[in-house]
Amino acid sequence: MATKAIVGQKVGMTQVWDDDNNIVPVTVVKIDTCHVVQVKTSESHGYNAIQVTVGTKDPKKLNKPEAGHYAAAGVQSGRQLLELRIDDVSTYEVGQELDASTFEAGEIVDAIGTSKGQGFTGVMKRHNFKGGRATHGAHLVHRMPGSIGQCATPGRVFKGKKMAGHSGNQRTTTQNLKIVKSDVEDGFVLVKGAVPGPKGGTVIIRNAIKNHKGSA
Amino acid sequence: MNLTDIVEKAQMRDDIPQFSPGDTVRVHVKVTEGNRERVQVFQGVVIARRGDGIRESFTVRKLSFGVGVERSFPLHSPIIDKIEPVTRGDVRRAKLYYLRDRVGKAAKVKEKRDR
Repeated sequence: MATKAIVGQKVGMTQVWDDDNNIVPVTVVKIDTCHVVQVKTSESHGYNAIQVTVGTKDPKKLNKPEAGHYAAAGVQSGRQLLELRIDDVSTYEVGQELDASTFEAGEIVDAIGTSKGQGFTGVMKRHNFKGGRATHGAHLVHRMPGSIGQCATPGRVFKGKKMAGHSGNQRTTTQNLKIVKSDVEDGFVLVKGAVPGPKGGTVIIRNAIKNHKGSA
Repeated sequence: MNLTDIVEKAQMRDDIPQFSPGDTVRVHVKVTEGNRERVQVFQGVVIARRGDGIRESFTVRKLSFGVGVERSFPLHSPIIDKIEPVTRGDVRRAKLYYLRDRVGKAAKVKEKRDR
């Protein structure tokens, strides 16, 4: 499991030059106010995690349970509460602020976001099916899924068969991205490559859990 | 200011002279050979400028031993040592791709006269 994580907001993509003068595509993730609200340990809750809040929210718009939860932690109310599963929570304490210094340039991370909703889509877009032929007499089958099963045996369509349907708007993890830069002053990190979700979407960045190459 | 702009601004160069399509420029390019670095000059006509901000790039076309050679540079690339405008061209469009189909005198860009 992850040993550290932060929560930010996707700002957009741009490019920077690396030390070898190559262009590197990067996603800018803004790390604004991110406070620890609660620390959960295996003794108290059965698992290790920290609960954090990001952004700001007018305290007048909170209901009483929420207000009490923030007051107990002594933290300003935020836009969202998130739980981050972390191996060792002993270094975290309630009220602590997490900033971009959590990660350094060169570290390998996973980025978790909610992917852009695509609505109801066909199988080509949703499952990368090949579709039908464009020519040679193909009639109304250009983007069709083709056969969805056999005949009298089994006489039904298997569960989990990939078909058309709602696509996107799902928690999505992109693994093993590299941190290009982390800036505490302006409060952002640059992640190499694309990060799931729309601009303004909430992004969790944690150290890569499957980074078998072991680079820093 | 948007955070992407802050990131871009830090990367942008402020020593780029003004030049536009049709102009002849000398582009001094840093070339690394092994661990030695030297500067190579690529002189030709700017036939296009595209993009904006940090992504802006330009294309320079020259004739090398009778063969047309085009090279595109990101405008803010750190491999560019400097850009030297040589002459200003009198052209009527932003993309001078028609020069590719022309040879000899027809491929020449008229020089701009200051009125």
